[in-house]
Amino acid sequence: MVDSMTRSDRDGAEPADFTFDAESEDKIAAILEKYPSGRQASAVLPLLDLAQRQMKRQSGSAWVPRAAMDAIATRLQMPPIRVYEVATFYFMFNTKPVGKWHLQVCTTTPCWLRGSDAVVDTCKRVTGIRQFGETSADGLFTMTEVECLGACVNAPILQVNDDFYEDMDAATTEKLLEALRQNAPPPPGSMSGRQASAPAGGPITLTALEFPESATPSGGE
Amino acid sequence: MAKVTVDGIEVEVPNGASVLQAAELAGKEIPRFCYHDRLSVAGNCRMCLVEVEKSPKPVASCAFPVADGMVVKTDSPMVRQARRSVMEFLLINHPLDCPICDQGGECDLQDQSMGYGMDSSRYRESKRAVKDKNLGPLVKTVMTRCIQCTRCVRFAAEIAGVPELGATARGESMEIGTYVERALSSELSGNLIDICPVGALTSKPYAFVARPWELKKIDGIDVFDAVGCNIRIDTRGPEVLRILPRLNEDVNEEWLGDKSRFSVDGLKRRRLDRPWVRKDGKLVEASWQEAFQAVADQIKGRDGARLGAIVGDLCDAESMLALKDLMTALGSANLDCRQDGARLEAGRRDFYLFNTTIAGIEDADAILIIGSNPRREAPVLNARIRKRWLAGGIPIAALGVPADLTYPVQWIGQSPKALTDLRRGTEGFAQAMREAKRPMIIVGQGALRRADGADVLAAAWALAVACGAMSPDWHGFNVLQLAAARVAALDLGFLPGAGGKDVATMLAGGVDVLWLLGADEVDAAAIDPKTFVVYQGHHGDRGAARADVVLPGAAYTEKDGTYVNTEGRVQRSEFAVFPPGDAREDWRILRAFAETLGHRLPYDDLLSLRERMASIAPVFGRVGDLPRRGAVDLTPPAGDPEAVTDAPFQPAVVNYYQTDPISRASATMAACSATYYPALAEAAE
Repeated sequence: MVDSMTRSDRDGAEPADFTFDAESEDKIAAILEKYPSGRQASAVLPLLDLAQRQMKRQSGSAWVPRAAMDAIATRLQMPPIRVYEVATFYFMFNTKPVGKWHLQVCTTTPCWLRGSDAVVDTCKRVTGIRQFGETSADGLFTMTEVECLGACVNAPILQVNDDFYEDMDAATTEKLLEALRQNAPPPPGSMSGRQASAPAGGPITLTALEFPESATPSGGE
Repeated sequence: MAKVTVDGIEVEVPNGASVLQAAELAGKEIPRFCYHDRLSVAGNCRMCLVEVEKSPKPVASCAFPVADGMVVKTDSPMVRQARRSVMEFLLINHPLDCPICDQGGECDLQDQSMGYGMDSSRYRESKRAVKDKNLGPLVKTVMTRCIQCTRCVRFAAEIAGVPELGATARGESMEIGTYVERALSSELSGNLIDICPVGALTSKPYAFVARPWELKKIDGIDVFDAVGCNIRIDTRGPEVLRILPRLNEDVNEEWLGDKSRFSVDGLKRRRLDRPWVRKDGKLVEASWQEAFQAVADQIKGRDGARLGAIVGDLCDAESMLALKDLMTALGSANLDCRQDGARLEAGRRDFYLFNTTIAGIEDADAILIIGSNPRREAPVLNARIRKRWLAGGIPIAALGVPADLTYPVQWIGQSPKALTDLRRGTEGFAQAMREAKRPMIIVGQGALRRADGADVLAAAWALAVACGAMSPDWHGFNVLQLAAARVAALDLGFLPGAGGKDVATMLAGGVDVLWLLGADEVDAAAIDPKTFVVYQGHHGDRGAARADVVLPGAAYTEKDGTYVNTEGRVQRSEFAVFPPGDAREDWRILRAFAETLGHRLPYDDLLSLRERMASIAPVFGRVGDLPRRGAVDLTPPAGDPEAVTDAPFQPAVVNYYQTDPISRASATMAACSATYYPALAEAAE
């Protein structure tokens, strides 16, 4: 959950200023084009995302410092507080620095029924994190609790940065974390081996391409 | 129009009105927290739920538009149950600290919980707690009490024009605040306290001072600027404890500036509570008789031309008339009310009034501000300009020192030279002024307190005529006064008479005896050392420090007074508490003193004094209301529009929080000054 939003909480990490780099600027130009003039404030979400990605590139930690929010407010000609409101409303924006690997564990009902507690416990045990919102001592991992990620068919889900790792359990979680520690993230997707959200034991329907006579295309004879 | 039936009562309301408005029209009370009729509709508290026939669920009446033939029930079992449930939800996280809460007794949540809530809560879990925010020296926050109605957020963004408050995070973690801790930079921040329906935002200086049921409430008129805001003076025993705004749609709506609201502690400090007489260079305490005698000794036998009187900015009309009558009886024409040396022209009323009227701002379609910062000079009036700007489609330009006025302003020059360009149509904004049907020109005191002030006034008038701001049904020429007493003084003719001397001449030794009635803004150090100075007033400020005799008077809360605001609206303030110690009502002091000299002023009571006032200036006969004026006589004021110089305008008010003896005595205002003008505070040290 988001902590109290006073500046003192983040003291020390806050950069003095923030400027969009060339890569971000290219994208900003394309984004702003989508909105009629006077409605640029609509671009606040994509710009916050750009800022967070730029911070990831520059500092290795994907977060939106206040300086970046102020820069966005100036760019979009809106009061800074309106940007703060949006940035703090969405969990996808981190208003505090996070580790290199941001572990976002879904604990909403389907994931919880399918064993998200085991995922959380494993994350805590392997990384040394004691509770949600914390960053591990080595600075590699931050674990947060998130609401439904919309991939319930593959519950439980562990989102690492932008990627979904699905069908997690204690063993695969541990394996994943070790791989991340080695800086070798496995391809995202199901960790149980199944393809996407296909049945776990392989296909059980439409296994043979046998079509009834009447269903074959007649060819218009 | 739509016909709506509310609890069996049929009312007709305009299309687009809300169900809540229809219910109010039918005389039905709808409980609400987030809805406020001067703010945008948020619809997030859900307290105003009502039943609408054919609707399966209760609807939020504040956000639900009416439809023809709608049948609304505001007191059905469904509505009662809904309100009870909403109340239960709102109270889940609200602490049960009413006994130590300053809002207690005037709290919407408390009242509505009594009226519409349940008798007990079923909630057994722990409540959330929220860190308090620091919003500056005026507004105290207890954020755990907040029910997140967002009235304060909307007030700051819409009315005050300082979008600094917001709701950060979400769900259980949602908090109202500024995110980055800072003091709210608004001169209207005190209104947040009124607008907060719970005890989350309360008055910092008034914290734990009194309970509302202990207070006596008296109707007054504010004197800290020339807007004449209607106020309620809350007193307990001999003390004024707080000042609140009183509704007047034509003047202040329901707002009040921070200086007017929070200067109350200044009424108790540095007060003059007994007469003083200077003996051997030192002021010593004296009785009224001794003080009167000391003044009489100086005046008796002296040529009237060597006597002078200056009135200050906070004076009531009654005392100014009494002083004028006294001076006239003594044969003196040396009267002046223009402490700041403003080149006001008193020949005709519309040369010195805000002729469009404050409510009239809402009908204007172009505004030019000359040498004024209305945000600091009259924050409530500035809110009206902002209200007009929010309604859309109005170009606003200004001449003077660029500042944030809470609405976009085109700054087209720093000196009155631009007026010439505007009149000739060579300046870009002239086009907008010409195209406007009801343009407004606002001349501030910063434009008139200059050597060429009279010329600036004439140039502004000429521009108003040239751009069509003057017609029989629209008067677009406005002077924004700063002093609450100024218009009344001009109406009463408190100006140098035939052969009379003005402020500068009187200070420079033009008179032997100088009577200062609450005049603290004159440069006391510049008064000729040989001049005998009588200071009559309520605070030991600049004037009293220089005085040879001090006569203790009454502050605005301590007398029945008449004030005329910048529009020319005559308003009456009522006596709330007695002046401290031996201090007396000012007109009575003057009348008593006149009697010791053998001049009997022709009135014995307030009523006859007011009758005389109305006979001198008929405007005083009409109290409260003010008809809209058109421009009938286009004869210009005396100045020469071509003679304006290119000297830049200087701001008339540098420090909003300390402009007069009362606010200078106030510890709260000193704290504000240190918070909001740190550079000024440093310079003063």
